[in-house]
Amino acid sequence: MTTEFIDTPRAARRRFLKGAGGAVALALTIGFEWAGPARRALAATTTAAQHGPFEPNAFLRIGADDSVTVIAKHVEMGQGAYTGIATIVAEELDADWTHIRVESAPADAKRYANLAFGTMQGTGGSSAMANSWTQLREAGAKARAMLVAAAAQDWKVPASSLRTERGAVIHDASGRRRTYGSLVPAASALPVPQTVALKDPQHFRLVGAAQLPRVDVPGKTDGTAQFTIDVAFAGMLVAVLQRPPRFGATVRSFDATAAKAVSGVVDVVQVPRGVAVVGKSFWAAKQGRDALKVEWDDTHAETRSSADIMAEYRRTAEQPGLPARVEGDAPKAIAGAARKVSASYEFPYLAHAPMEPLDAVVKLTADHCEIWAGDQFQTVDQANAARAAGLTPGQVSIHTLYAGGSFGRRANPGSDYIVEAVSIAKALGANGTPVKLQWTREDDIHGGLYRPMFFHKLEAGLTSDGQITGWRHVLVGQSIVADTPFAAMVKNGIDATSVEGASDIAYAIPNLSVELHTTKTGVPVLWWRVVGNSHTAFAVEAFVDELAHEAGEDPYQFRRKLLAHEPRRRAVLDLAAQRAGWSGAPLPAGKGRGIAVAEAFHTYVAQVAEVSVDKDGKVTVDRVVCAVDCGTPINPDVIAAQMEGGIGFGLGAALYGAITLKDGRIEQNNFDGYRVLRIDAMPKVEVHIVPSGEAPTGVGEPGVAPVGPAVANAIFAATGKRLRVLPFSTENVA
Amino acid sequence: MSTTLTLNGKSTTLDADPNMPLLWAIREVAGLHGTKFGCGMAQCGACTVHLDGQAIRSCVTPLAAVAGHRVTTIEGLQGKPAKAVQAAWVKLQVPQCGYCQSGQIMSASALLAQNPKPTDADIDAAMNGNLCRCATYTRIRAAIHVAADSIRG
Repeated sequence: MTTEFIDTPRAARRRFLKGAGGAVALALTIGFEWAGPARRALAATTTAAQHGPFEPNAFLRIGADDSVTVIAKHVEMGQGAYTGIATIVAEELDADWTHIRVESAPADAKRYANLAFGTMQGTGGSSAMANSWTQLREAGAKARAMLVAAAAQDWKVPASSLRTERGAVIHDASGRRRTYGSLVPAASALPVPQTVALKDPQHFRLVGAAQLPRVDVPGKTDGTAQFTIDVAFAGMLVAVLQRPPRFGATVRSFDATAAKAVSGVVDVVQVPRGVAVVGKSFWAAKQGRDALKVEWDDTHAETRSSADIMAEYRRTAEQPGLPARVEGDAPKAIAGAARKVSASYEFPYLAHAPMEPLDAVVKLTADHCEIWAGDQFQTVDQANAARAAGLTPGQVSIHTLYAGGSFGRRANPGSDYIVEAVSIAKALGANGTPVKLQWTREDDIHGGLYRPMFFHKLEAGLTSDGQITGWRHVLVGQSIVADTPFAAMVKNGIDATSVEGASDIAYAIPNLSVELHTTKTGVPVLWWRVVGNSHTAFAVEAFVDELAHEAGEDPYQFRRKLLAHEPRRRAVLDLAAQRAGWSGAPLPAGKGRGIAVAEAFHTYVAQVAEVSVDKDGKVTVDRVVCAVDCGTPINPDVIAAQMEGGIGFGLGAALYGAITLKDGRIEQNNFDGYRVLRIDAMPKVEVHIVPSGEAPTGVGEPGVAPVGPAVANAIFAATGKRLRVLPFSTENVA
Repeated sequence: MSTTLTLNGKSTTLDADPNMPLLWAIREVAGLHGTKFGCGMAQCGACTVHLDGQAIRSCVTPLAAVAGHRVTTIEGLQGKPAKAVQAAWVKLQVPQCGYCQSGQIMSASALLAQNPKPTDADIDAAMNGNLCRCATYTRIRAAIHVAADSIRG
């Protein structure tokens, strides 16, 4: 892994950028455009370095050996970002896919900002493809134009007489052919074009290809893929941190005598988040921690139980909340309706529980901090690490490695696990000794930053012929972004991540009131795959199903009629229903079918779930048929994989997922108490992708949203019982 | 204290606390990183290795317990079932984040070595101890069938 970080041309580039220094010069470095004046200066360097690689911009590098290295500004955490990024670049470059490799970008907001986030580098909100699409197409196309120009110059023919194919420039008239690698020196001497024509999508060969293999699969099949846990340096220490058992508690005192007596333990240090035991190996440090004695001060700790907090939420929901969306007069419309329907839904705290427990490696000296992590918010982590280390962000470098899952957990505004690792390295003397902080699974389950617990109360009025007259939706729960650096996302008291999926309800309803009560507890919360829609989509799609039933209508047709003005949403609904063989005819006894549709991050997903419920009330989800519209499908197999995985992830949460507190202590410890989906509960999944020429949108999260309500609606169809408290395992289905 | 075992076909002496879980001996003493830590209590299967050909959870197996035995990790995986499983994993593009996949492949190859034609129910039973938070389960099932078919030719 070290070769990635020491190659000379990149170091040269970094030096150059440092030298260029000024804000004016660096302002040009956003995306592709930095490559103008900067690249020419760099070309001089690389030419002098005996034809170093062709680096026309911040996103790709072509070697004399024909290798094409794509620089990924996004983390690869399973969602296929590396493959998608490489596909976009390779498409416009006309690269040979077998010569593509992907390398993670350094933390640098100037060059590698997520354009959907503005000025920070990070991955989230299913935005990797959406924000990279035009940027990387241009990056690839401009590089291709330069390679063509170089060949044209060499052969003394017009560039328009040349074409490119699989990593080579071809002159059909003369039968001449030059690989990109052979054109590196000549192309490096050329100016970067200001504008470039992008491919007509009908000529795409890689984008949309049915079988374009992921770049990361071979290493993830033979054990060679490098995760943070695999980082090893000579003399590296491993730390495990004892955190307080209740959120908000602090260290009163600790006795490290027994911990230090464990063979291999080298030190025990107090840091802001607890007491760290540092050893020569994980096993030594873990045994040391087991022997550590800490007295905690619970003065500021959260000591309530989650059941008490939920009881409070239920009472709160009886009061009007802050308006998140108001159209017409919903209370009046409901009061005057022929029929009234109401229901409430309860959602627990959920842990992300990525398979790789959180970890980070830090090498800290008096003037530099180097971090290795499966980093999801690079420049946020850089700033937080700098603050913890007493350095400037420019003194912090980050190596982003494969993340062993994240689901949002590693995208946290406070950078908890990274700040912990830095604070431990600092407490050890900032002497440059590499330190790996390794969380255990128990640390992960107890560690907070959960999907917030929520209570939803819905009411609606129906006319005697089943038309919805009004809809009122009251949500009660914690804000994810309040009191974080992202607090500016709260507008007029409304955190959009609390109400998304509810306030933007798409059904044609004349009178609407969506209201929010933002609560405060001592339990830290965070975005969890599909964020607000992880609960709002359930509430909306379960309740609309209740209304369809009340109206005596087929739940698919009922939704369809309310979506006439929403063609993309209706198209996925139709596709899922059609492929699932949806009909009005009832299924055999003990079987049920349910449907749900959602939109998240501009991607539309509908799912039809088929369930069996046996005489003991045991639910089996047999099949899920999924339709997705994510704009231009970049890699259909990755899209299918994300839908399959999203369905499994959402289903596990719906069936079993819950983090609960008893007197402030988390009741679950590991995967025995915090159940997630196993293979025996995984349904058959069919994914159908809507053909589209729209700009691509994301697929990492949206597939999670509809599965819970689709299954709940299917269970209702099979049993007549509505499940309104998540997870279902807490309710008696029979 | 040292323990001698056959690790990936080679006689290997590991100098470590005999109570150290095999997982950490493999990772931190032998320096083989393909075997992963996920739970530490045999709940997730990320640490699965073969002990004399059987899939076991190395996170709860003391190093002393494998003295004189054959331990195989993902790095030393050989033989027809194992190679067929790895090829099927690539063909069906199973991995997402990839962290659990060494363990999945170890469990799948042990299954195929014992049951050359597993049903879906056999697969679910054999693989139920291997968690995948990316939920690559449908592809795992399909890939095991593909691997089984390829071995039978």
